[in-house]
Amino acid sequence: MMNRIKAIVIKEWREVFKNRFVFFTVAFLPLIMTALPLLMLYFFGDSGDFSEVSSADVPPQFVILCGDLGAGDCTLYFLVTQFILLFMMVPVIVPTTISSYSIVGEKTTRTLEPLLATPVTTLEVLIGKGLAGVIPAVLATWIGYLVYAGGAFLLVSNPTVVSKLFDPLWMTAIFLVGPLLSLLGVSVSVMISSRVNDPRVAEQIAGVFMLPVIGLFVGQITGLILVDERFILWMAIGLALLDVVLFYFAVQIFQRETILSRWK
Amino acid sequence: MNESEPIIVTEKLTKEFNGVTAVKDLSLTISQGEVFGLLGPNGAGKTTTVRLLAALLVPSAGEAWVAGYRLGKDNQKIRRRIGLLPEAPGLYDGLSAVQNLAFFGEMYGLQDIPARIQNYLELLGLWQRRFEPVGTFSKGMRQKLAIARALIHEPEILFLDEPTSGLDPQATRLVREFIAGLRDQGRTIILCTHNLEEADRLCDRVAVLKGRLLALDAPSQLRRKLFGRQVVFHLAEVFPGLADSLEKLPGVGRVEVIENKILASVEKPEIHNPALIRDLIENGAEVQFVGELKRRLEDVYLELLGLTEGSDDEQD
Repeated sequence: MMNRIKAIVIKEWREVFKNRFVFFTVAFLPLIMTALPLLMLYFFGDSGDFSEVSSADVPPQFVILCGDLGAGDCTLYFLVTQFILLFMMVPVIVPTTISSYSIVGEKTTRTLEPLLATPVTTLEVLIGKGLAGVIPAVLATWIGYLVYAGGAFLLVSNPTVVSKLFDPLWMTAIFLVGPLLSLLGVSVSVMISSRVNDPRVAEQIAGVFMLPVIGLFVGQITGLILVDERFILWMAIGLALLDVVLFYFAVQIFQRETILSRWK
Repeated sequence: MNESEPIIVTEKLTKEFNGVTAVKDLSLTISQGEVFGLLGPNGAGKTTTVRLLAALLVPSAGEAWVAGYRLGKDNQKIRRRIGLLPEAPGLYDGLSAVQNLAFFGEMYGLQDIPARIQNYLELLGLWQRRFEPVGTFSKGMRQKLAIARALIHEPEILFLDEPTSGLDPQATRLVREFIAGLRDQGRTIILCTHNLEEADRLCDRVAVLKGRLLALDAPSQLRRKLFGRQVVFHLAEVFPGLADSLEKLPGVGRVEVIENKILASVEKPEIHNPALIRDLIENGAEVQFVGELKRRLEDVYLELLGLTEGSDDEQD
C-alpha cells in the first residue's frame, strides 16, 4: 500500500510542478507570506517604536494574553500574533492549487480510467493525491514559520516577545491547524474538481473556503475576534471533524463508478 | 487454465445509468486464448461491457466471472489479471515513457519493473525515446506505449477499446501486427472496434451489440448464417434457361442473374461446383471465371443492425 501511495505522490509532483502556475504558487506564496511579516518586524521590531502607545491601543481581550509585558511589548506581541492567520492561508491555498490541477488534469487528459483499472484502491489514490498537496503545503508553512521565528529572533529586541512565537497558541496553529486546513483544502478540491473541467475554476471555487480564514484575520485585526489558545484549540477540533466529514464525501465521490459515469 | 476453457463468463449482465439501459441481459462465454470482438454502433454498450468486465463499473443485474473470479466479489484479483487499453490512451504527458510504465508497474506491485519496461519498449520500438516526455510522442507512439502499459503486468486478459482509432495506416498496421502477435502468444484479447475489417482479420469470434446481444459467432459463421455460401459464375454471355437449370441441381438454392454473372447459393461449393460447371457448359455457356462470393463482415454487421446497403467482395 505504501509503495503505491509513494508512487502516486511522486507522479503527482512530477506532473503538477511542471505547470508554471502551480510551481510559482507553491514556491512564492509561502515566500511572500513569510517576507511580509518579517518586513513589518524590520520596521516596527523594536518595542521602543511603541513607547508612546498604551495598552488601550491593543484590543482589551488581547491584553490578558500579554501577561507581564509592558504596553509597548504587548503591542509588539499583538503585531507579531496577527501573522498567525497569514500562515494559515498557505496550507489552504497550496493544496487547493495542487489538487485542482492534479484532479482536473487527470479528468481532461483521461488518465484516470487506466489508473482505476489497476489494483490500486480508491483510498490509496485519494491519500496519494491528498499527500501530494498536503506535504508541500505543510512543509512550506513550517519552513515559513521557522524563517519567521528566526527573523523575529534577530529583529525583535525583547526575548519575551520572541518566546511568545513558540507558545502553545502558535504551536497548535502551525503544527495542528495548518495540516488540518491542508486536508480541508484537498477534500474540497476533490469535490469541486469532480464537477468542473478547468483547474482555474476549481481553484477559484475552492478559494471560497479561504473566506473564513480571511474573516478571522480581519476579525482579529479589528478586535472582534480574539485568536487565543482556547479559540485555536476549538478551531482545531472543528476542523478535525469537518475534515473527517469532507474526506468521507471525497472518498464517495472518488469511487470508480462515480468517476467514469458521473464526472463530466 | 487450458485453452478453450472459459476465461470470461457473463450471465444476463445488465447495466443501467439513471434508468437508461446501456447493456441488457448479456450472456456470453469467452475462451482462454480467444480473440473476441465486440462490435456495434456508438452507444451500443461496447465500452460499458469492457468497463463492467474490467471491474470499473458495478452491474445493475446479472453475474460475471473473469479469470475465474466473480465480478463484484473479487474485483482486486480481477484487476491484477486484466490489462486495459481505453479508448483514449490516457498517458501522463509530462512524464517520460519509462516513468509512465514504472508508475503503472508500481500500481501492480511488480518487482522487476526496469526489465519489463525495457522488454516492451524495445518490442514496440520506443526504447530510443524512453526518456522523452510522452507529450512529444506521435499518436501512434502514444498508442503503442498505452499497449505496453496494458501489458506491463503480463495480464491473462487484454481489453483493447478501439486500439487503432485515429491512427495513420502505417501505425494501424503496426498495432494490428502487434495484436496478432499477442494472439499468437495465446493471450485472451477482447477487442472493441468500429473497424470491421480489423475485427474480421483478428477475431476468432465477434459479438454484435446494440444494447443487447444481436449475434455471436465466428465472422465466417455469421456470414454463412446470414447469407449462406454463394458462388459467382462469370460467363461470356448469359442466356435464358441457364439459371433455371442450375436451380434444379442438388445442393443449390437461390440463383440470380446479374449482367453476365450468375450468382448461386450453394450448400457445399467444394462438392457441388463441378456439377454446376458441367451443367453450364452442357447448356452452351462459356465459363470465364468461378469464385466464391465472400461477404464482408460489414455486410453481416449492417444486415444485423437492419442497415443493409450491400457490398460484395469476390474471392477465388
